[in-house]
Amino acid sequence: MTKITSLADLKNIKASVEAKMSLRERSETPDSMVQIRVAMATCGIASGAKIVMDYLINELDKRSIPAIVTQTGCMGYCYAEPTIEVTRPGQQPLVFGYVDSKKADQIIEKYIKNGELLDGIIPVNYENIEGK
Amino acid sequence: MTQFKMHLLVCGGTGCRASESETLFLSLKKEVSEKGLESEVQVITTGCFGFCEKGPIVKVMPDNTFYTQVKPEDAIEIIAEHVIKGRKVNRLLYVNPETEQHVSDSKHMGFYRKQLRIALRNCGFIDPENIEEYISRDGYAALAKCLTEMTPAQVIEEMKKSGLRGRGGGGFPTGLKWEITSKSQADQKYVVCNADEGDPGAFMDRSILEGDPHSVIEAMAICGYCIGATKGVVYIRAEYPLAVERLKIAMKQASEFGLLGKNIFGTDFEFEIDIRYGAGAFVCGEETALIHSMEGLRGEPTIKPPFPSVSGYLEKPTNVNNVETFANVPVIINKGAAWFASIGSEKSKGTKVFALAGKINNVGLIEVPMGTTLRDIIFEIGGGIKDGKKFKAVQTGGPSGGCLTEKHLDIAIDFDSLTAAGSMMGSGGMIVMDEDDCMVSIAKFYLDFTVEESCGKCAPCRIGNKRLNEMLEKICEGKGTMKDLDLLRNLSYVIKDTSLCGLGQTSPNPVLSTMENFYPEYLAHIVDHKCPSGQCKALLQYVIEAENCVGCTACARNCPVNAISGERKGIHVIDQATCIKCGACLEKCKFNAVFIK
Repeated sequence: MTKITSLADLKNIKASVEAKMSLRERSETPDSMVQIRVAMATCGIASGAKIVMDYLINELDKRSIPAIVTQTGCMGYCYAEPTIEVTRPGQQPLVFGYVDSKKADQIIEKYIKNGELLDGIIPVNYENIEGK
Repeated sequence: MTQFKMHLLVCGGTGCRASESETLFLSLKKEVSEKGLESEVQVITTGCFGFCEKGPIVKVMPDNTFYTQVKPEDAIEIIAEHVIKGRKVNRLLYVNPETEQHVSDSKHMGFYRKQLRIALRNCGFIDPENIEEYISRDGYAALAKCLTEMTPAQVIEEMKKSGLRGRGGGGFPTGLKWEITSKSQADQKYVVCNADEGDPGAFMDRSILEGDPHSVIEAMAICGYCIGATKGVVYIRAEYPLAVERLKIAMKQASEFGLLGKNIFGTDFEFEIDIRYGAGAFVCGEETALIHSMEGLRGEPTIKPPFPSVSGYLEKPTNVNNVETFANVPVIINKGAAWFASIGSEKSKGTKVFALAGKINNVGLIEVPMGTTLRDIIFEIGGGIKDGKKFKAVQTGGPSGGCLTEKHLDIAIDFDSLTAAGSMMGSGGMIVMDEDDCMVSIAKFYLDFTVEESCGKCAPCRIGNKRLNEMLEKICEGKGTMKDLDLLRNLSYVIKDTSLCGLGQTSPNPVLSTMENFYPEYLAHIVDHKCPSGQCKALLQYVIEAENCVGCTACARNCPVNAISGERKGIHVIDQATCIKCGACLEKCKFNAVFIK
C-alpha cells in the first residue's frame, strides 16, 4: 500500500476513482455496468438487506448481467427498508424501497433489463453539499 | 421487449393520496391507453416526495418536469400537451415563491427540498468499507489542508467562525471548546469521540459511523492537530457491533494509507485512534461519566470544574465531541466557515440530523438546516401522521427533552428556540404522538427510563425520579389527588436544581412539559378518573351496547379470560371484575357494540 503524503496524492486517488465511476455511469455502451448500492446499516440488515444483496449478486451473475453491487450506509428511508439504489448506465440513480427477493427479481427483469419503472420508487428528497 | 420513452411518476405518499392522487394515477393511465401510448409511456406511483403541501405531485422523466397540485382532470392536458406535443403545461409547474417564476426542471428547484445533508453527506453514497470512495468525495482533503496550509490557531479560528455547536445536545460552541483545550499545558492530550448514543429513538451517530466512518476519523485528527493531541479515543457502545466493525476497518485503511500514524501528509504530526467500549449506560453520554468509564471506573459523573479540557482522561486535557459534530468538521474546512455559517439560524449554524419516529408516515433519518419548522419536518418530510390521525405532540430531546404541541409547530427550531419552548435539542430524537397517546403515560414512560438509567450517585436523581415515577403511576391508575400535582411540580424543580449532572437536571422535563401543555389531561385522570386517550387501562371499561349486540358470540369466544357471558342471539355482558382490558372483544365485534367507557 502506498502511503499518501500530500494533497496531490489524494487528488490522484480521487481522479482515478472518479474516472472509474464515470466510465461506469456515463458510457452508453451495451456492456457497461449497472451499479447497485444496497443500504446496509444495522437497520437495513435487520430488515433483510443482506439477503437482498446476496440475491442480487447471485442472480445478476446467473442472468449474465454485468453489474457492480456495493454496500453503503443508511439512506435515511427507514420506513421503506430494505432500500437499494440502481444506476443504469447514462441514467440518473433511482431508489427502490421495500425490496425483498421478489421485488429484486422484478427490478432486474423490468428496470435493469428494460428500463421499465416499478411502483414504489422513492424520490430523493434532500440536497447534498455539492449543490450548495 | 419494450423500451419506454417517457415515465410519469405520480406521488403515492399518504399526503398526496389524500388529495386524490390515486384517481389522478388512473386518469393518466386511461389517457395513455386511449391515445395508444402504452408501449411508450409508463405511468407509475412512487413514494413520498416530501413536498406534501403542494401535492399531488407528478414528475415527468426524463426531462424532470415537476408538476404540483395536479387534479385528476389535468391528466388530459398533461398527455395531450406535454406527452404528445412536448409542450410543458405551465399552469401546473411549481412557482418559486421568491421569484414568482415557473420552474420547469426539478434539477433547478433544489430549494423545494427541505433537507440538506452535511453530516450525512456520504451516508448512502459511498461504500463505508472503501477508503478510496471516501477520498473521491474530498475525503482527507480537509486534514491535508489543515496540516499543510494552516496553523492550529487558524483552524480553531475557522471553527469558531463557522458557528458549529456541539450536536450531542449541549450546543456548546465547538471552536471555543477546541481553543480552551489547546491552551491547557500537558505532555499528553486526548481527543475523545462520544459515540455513546443513548436516547431512545436516536440513531444518527450509529448511522454516521456505519455509513461514513472516515469522516469521524479525519475530524478527530484535525481536532488533535488543533489542540496538540496525538491520541484519539472513540467511546462507543458495544451494542453497535456493525459500527464498531466498520470503524475498525476504516482505521486500518487510514493507517495503511498513512493518514493515521506518524508523519501524516509528510509533516511531523502524528495521530493514533483507539476504541473503548461502553456497556450502554445512558449516563455515560455525560462527558465526565464517559471519561471515568473509559478509565475502567464506574460510569459516574463528577463535579465540573475541573472541566475535561483541563483534566479529563487519565487526568490529561481532553476534548470530547459527539460523532455528528465531528462529521461536520471536514466540510467546514473544505467549504469554509462562511459557507457553513450561511446555513441555519442566527445562533445555530449548519444543519441538524433528526431521527423521526413514532406515529409518522415516513419514519427516517433526516437532516435539515437549523431554523426549519417542526411543521415542515413532520408534515412535509415526515409525510404527516399515520392513518390520518390528528397530531398531538412531538417529544424532542429524548428523556431529557419535552413535549411540544400544535402551538409550537411553527417555531424555527434551533438550540435556543427549543429550550425557550420548554424542550431541548438533545441528540435529535423526535418522537411523534397522535391523538391516541396519553401524555401522562408518556411522561411515565420517560421516567421509567430515567429511573432505570440513573447512576444512583446523587440523591435527587436516584430517589426523586423514583418518587416522580410513583406519583405518575398513581395518577395513571386514577388514584392521584390534586396535591400530587403540586408535589410533582415542586419535586421536579428540586431535582432539576440539585442534581449533579445533566441526566438529573433534565429528567423531570417530560413531566413539566406535559403538565404545562396538557394540564387538562392530568385533571381528567385525577378529577374524572378518565384517560381521554383511552390508554390507561385502570381507567377504562369495555362495555357492550345492548342495542347493537346481535349475540354473535364473537366477543365471548375471543375473550382470553372468559369475562363475557350471554346466550347465542342474546345480549352479551362483560364482567368488569374479570376483564383484563385487552381489547380483543372490541377488535372482533363487527357490529360496533363494544366500546370503551
